[in-house]
Amino acid sequence: MKTIYLDNNATTQVAPEVLEVMLPYFSTFYGNPSSMHSFGGQVAREIRKAREQVAALLGASPEEIVFTSCGTESDNAAIRAALLAQPDKRHIVTSRVEHPAVRALCAELRSRGYRVTELPVDAEGRLDLEQYKESLTPDTAIVSLMWANNETGVIFPVEKAAEIARARGILFHTDAVQAVGKIPIKMRNNAIDMLALSGHKLHAPKGIGVLYIRKGTKFSPFLIGGHQEGGRRGGTENTPSIIGLGMACELADRNMGTENTRVKQLRDKLEKTILETIPRSRVNGETVNRLPNTSNISFEFIEGESILLMMNEYGICASSGSACTSGSLQPSHVLRAMGVPFTMAHGSIRFSLSVYNTEDEIDFVIEKLPPIIENLRALSPYWTAEVAGACKAV
Amino acid sequence: MWEYTDKVKEHFLNPRNVGEIDNPDGVAEVGSIACGDALKFMFKVDEKGRITDAKFKTFGCASAIASASALTEMIKGMTVEEAERITNQDIAQFLGGLPQEKMHCSVMGREALEAAIANFKGSPTKAADEEIICQCFGITDKEIERAVLENHLTSVEEVTNYTKAGGGCGNCHEAIQGLINKVLGQMVEKPVARPAMSNIKKIRMIEETIDREIRPSLKLDGGDIELIDVIGNRVLVATRGACASCQAANRTLKFFVETKLHELVSSDLVVEEVSQ
Repeated sequence: MKTIYLDNNATTQVAPEVLEVMLPYFSTFYGNPSSMHSFGGQVAREIRKAREQVAALLGASPEEIVFTSCGTESDNAAIRAALLAQPDKRHIVTSRVEHPAVRALCAELRSRGYRVTELPVDAEGRLDLEQYKESLTPDTAIVSLMWANNETGVIFPVEKAAEIARARGILFHTDAVQAVGKIPIKMRNNAIDMLALSGHKLHAPKGIGVLYIRKGTKFSPFLIGGHQEGGRRGGTENTPSIIGLGMACELADRNMGTENTRVKQLRDKLEKTILETIPRSRVNGETVNRLPNTSNISFEFIEGESILLMMNEYGICASSGSACTSGSLQPSHVLRAMGVPFTMAHGSIRFSLSVYNTEDEIDFVIEKLPPIIENLRALSPYWTAEVAGACKAV
Repeated sequence: MWEYTDKVKEHFLNPRNVGEIDNPDGVAEVGSIACGDALKFMFKVDEKGRITDAKFKTFGCASAIASASALTEMIKGMTVEEAERITNQDIAQFLGGLPQEKMHCSVMGREALEAAIANFKGSPTKAADEEIICQCFGITDKEIERAVLENHLTSVEEVTNYTKAGGGCGNCHEAIQGLINKVLGQMVEKPVARPAMSNIKKIRMIEETIDREIRPSLKLDGGDIELIDVIGNRVLVATRGACASCQAANRTLKFFVETKLHELVSSDLVVEEVSQ
């Protein structure tokens, strides 16, 4: 059975070009880039190149790039460093819809005596900048707001928010794991102090991430050890993955246009057709400021895990914000923060595309999904004759 | 991804006995849409007390659907007395086992069966002396004790897997541990005091009140109201149509909706409007 992979916000396939440049660094060129001999030194040269490739995608300088093990490490390192650098400040501003890498960390910091403001979002998943401004205090050490939401794709105005923070002398961090490679980012032109990205969301392997640290930002390392990464992250470099990430960033730069035209068109076709053919379905999150590859759709009166497993029978891969898939018995914190009603929240499905998806794949999903929803609704005690009849009448 | 057995998958993909029975002899609805799974279950009994037909409808995940399908297959041909002895373990075993985190699906099946049999016999389902321990999912002490006893549970996490109790806000973890200790014959600590109405019951009553008492009046003015969430005593609603753009909407909510809810559900409810 062919796999139709529409779960690219979970992880992506490693691009063939990326794998190709990585392979020699597992075998032939296994040297340590810190070594004095040229056998190791030649690897250091490639890492330098990768750093430049990442910096180019972000519109940053190579020395502002720190390689880490994943997005979560980058988020943790950024927030903890900001707090360590300003021991007298005890307040953190973040949002209710952050990824657990930030959200769980902030909860942990709260239990250690920090004050955490979790900004709400509206029904469309948007932030209120006025409310954000009001939340900033002289005691605020750092703001951490995601660039784009992993579940809905909704984009936060982080550049504006960062300017507001800078004007008050407050550090600004963004989890840009979902945004990098999908929308243009120019760190040179904004006021963001730290940014986290993850390799496996943009066709590099798992186990590699980046923390961008703006030049001049006070920083103390999260992993303390050797002098690697300019003393900002100890530990021998994950050389094949760093080199792979460099190539992935170059590809992302090249594919940015495709992402925002062809991928976006496919996403829009998928979304539009689903909404037209399936009654009592709706998009979660605003559709204007949104990643080009993401669509989060709720199907009323049925449960997400069932939908996923039915789609799985056809090789279609997606995600859900339902309780049964969240591992917590409650539906996704993002949908709850947006006030999505219970009847909709449990039946939410996230489709996330990549440049590797084709129109044939989208057509296949468009064909298979309506009967799946219909069959599950036939099982549902809430899908009464009255509801079904009202839908037909529309 | 959950590790489901082939039998679970098979019952999920081809559920048996889906639907409803005209004039059932025993019928029950357990769970709620707020909790993420619900089961409507019914059966028919012949003059000899044998179950001739059973049907269900489920809102829920694959294992919830499979558990309900399994239950209907298991009880057909049984006498009511035989069916009464079915435990959640029997349902799970019939399916070749369920993941630990999904055992509550088999418990929901057993609860529905029990409630339908009680309905058949005309006896009350939940004894009056039961106390709600988990406010989020409306689970009582007796239900938890029974799950602990029948499934040899030893930790709060296991109780959550089997009953959902403790899977929401987590405030009842201490009380659950107390019940485990009690059942295990260890030191008994009295669980903390709690109000009488379960969250599910409260949400249902709020829903009903809005449907019956509030919505028709708003509709006369071209407006509408939708229940978004219930968090503790906070009732989050969104207004629609004329209400959404009406200057007086806030007053409408505060005075009209809240008064109705105080009158008909509980006097501590606070209505809040969320933007939609």
